Amino acid sequence: MASGWQLFLESFWPIVWGGLSGTIPLALASFVIGLVIALAVALARLSKNRVLSAIGRFYVSVIRGTPLLVQLFVIFYGLPAVGIVIDPWPSAIAAFSLNVGGYAAEIIRAAILSVPKGQWEAGYTIGMSNATTLRRIILPQAARVSVPPLSNTFISLVKDTSLASLILVTELFRVSQEIAAFTQDFMLLYLEAALIYWLFCLALSSGQNALERRLDRYVAQ
Amino acid sequence: MSPSDDPLQQGPDAAGEPLTPGDPPAPNDPLAPKAAPDDSPLLTARGIRKSFGDNEVLRSIDLDVRRGEVVVLIGPSGSGKTTVLRSLNGLETPDGGTISFAGGPELDFAKPLPKGARFALRDRSAMVFQQHNLFPHMTVLQNVIEGPQRVQRLPKAQAIAEASALLDRVGLAEKRDAYPFELSGGQQQRVGIVRALALKPDLLLFDEPTSALDPELVGEVLSVIKELADEGWTMVVVTHELGFARQAADEVLFMDGGVVVERGAPGDIFTRPTEERTRRFLDRILRPMD
Repeated sequence: MASGWQLFLESFWPIVWGGLSGTIPLALASFVIGLVIALAVALARLSKNRVLSAIGRFYVSVIRGTPLLVQLFVIFYGLPAVGIVIDPWPSAIAAFSLNVGGYAAEIIRAAILSVPKGQWEAGYTIGMSNATTLRRIILPQAARVSVPPLSNTFISLVKDTSLASLILVTELFRVSQEIAAFTQDFMLLYLEAALIYWLFCLALSSGQNALERRLDRYVAQ
Repeated sequence: MSPSDDPLQQGPDAAGEPLTPGDPPAPNDPLAPKAAPDDSPLLTARGIRKSFGDNEVLRSIDLDVRRGEVVVLIGPSGSGKTTVLRSLNGLETPDGGTISFAGGPELDFAKPLPKGARFALRDRSAMVFQQHNLFPHMTVLQNVIEGPQRVQRLPKAQAIAEASALLDRVGLAEKRDAYPFELSGGQQQRVGIVRALALKPDLLLFDEPTSALDPELVGEVLSVIKELADEGWTMVVVTHELGFARQAADEVLFMDGGVVVERGAPGDIFTRPTEERTRRFLDRILRPMD
């Protein structure tokens, strides 16, 4: 055990690097793509067109009703059975984006609904179309409301990317697993991985706070 | 997004066809109304009907507004005043009846509406809301230039120059970089008025512009509206401020139960109403404690 501290120090940067080169890019890419999906699904759900809105509801229901790990395995291990082979990284990004899309869609839908109807009307009365009003008037206000819940989603996503270690993506947790398999110091390395996830999330939380302050500048305190 | 990307934006008047060729807006005076009062009809509405479910809020409303005229709608809550106003701005779609602006097409609501019909209405009129509905994420200046710049495609510098002049006229020049939450209720509503003016509409629509204000702030807003009326702006005003109606209106319409019960010059309506319902309404408002 004399080498415990030393092992911690020696493994620290490799695991952090696994986070910086694996976890964070994976989470960021999936989150950005997921938000695009989420906006589309939210608008579909809000649409007066019943078919569109039913499709949106169905999507959210499936994504929320099935485990993320199962979604990931279907894409990576399942799809090859029907001739679709996707590499680990794109598989992981696809699974996480689709997942974020389902959860964030509800957040965005609620945020859009939280903007008073009068804001739509004010947009219309100055001559704007639906699409312009949404883009210029509604979404900027919805963004402010949705920052806290979307930050939650993003932080969950950062941690959920550890599941990608199960489909051979080299990220934070997989690096610590590989070192642990070699040294057999499971307790130390997994606690170390936990600590580093936590540090990442602390940094993200402070980013969230800064963003909230910025978006709150037009609201009475 | 360029205008051509957005087919919805292209109402019949998108090209900015002049209404009255002889009356271009005075370039140096943004507060000057688009057309001088010449008594020619600007707006004609006939037989406007509207139901919300089983509730028939408008049963055949006729309305004529001449250029430079101030028409005031009064009446109890739920009488349909606001629905009339919102129909004129395309915020409500009547179930039947026609609306036409001088020089524009006649919209027949009994038939399927042509594409862009709502934009045709909004191109001619601008609304001032009871709850001002300023955009909270934009500064005062941004609120005012949003329509001219984004919708009417005015160059930004020109939009800012016109907006600044308008804000100056209502005493809010130094507030142009403030956010709406930093203003008093009366200031917010004055910005709401300027936002409507900046669109250079033919017709200003006021939907109970002072009802949401603290009593001591009502005066500053009414005096701005009165000034605009004196300068010849054409407007339809829904209000409970009978004093304002008496001073500023050319015609007063008393509405109740979705119909126009009585209409006439303010002097006649307020001093010798012919209808019992009008009399009772005026009594309730003027002598609430009796």
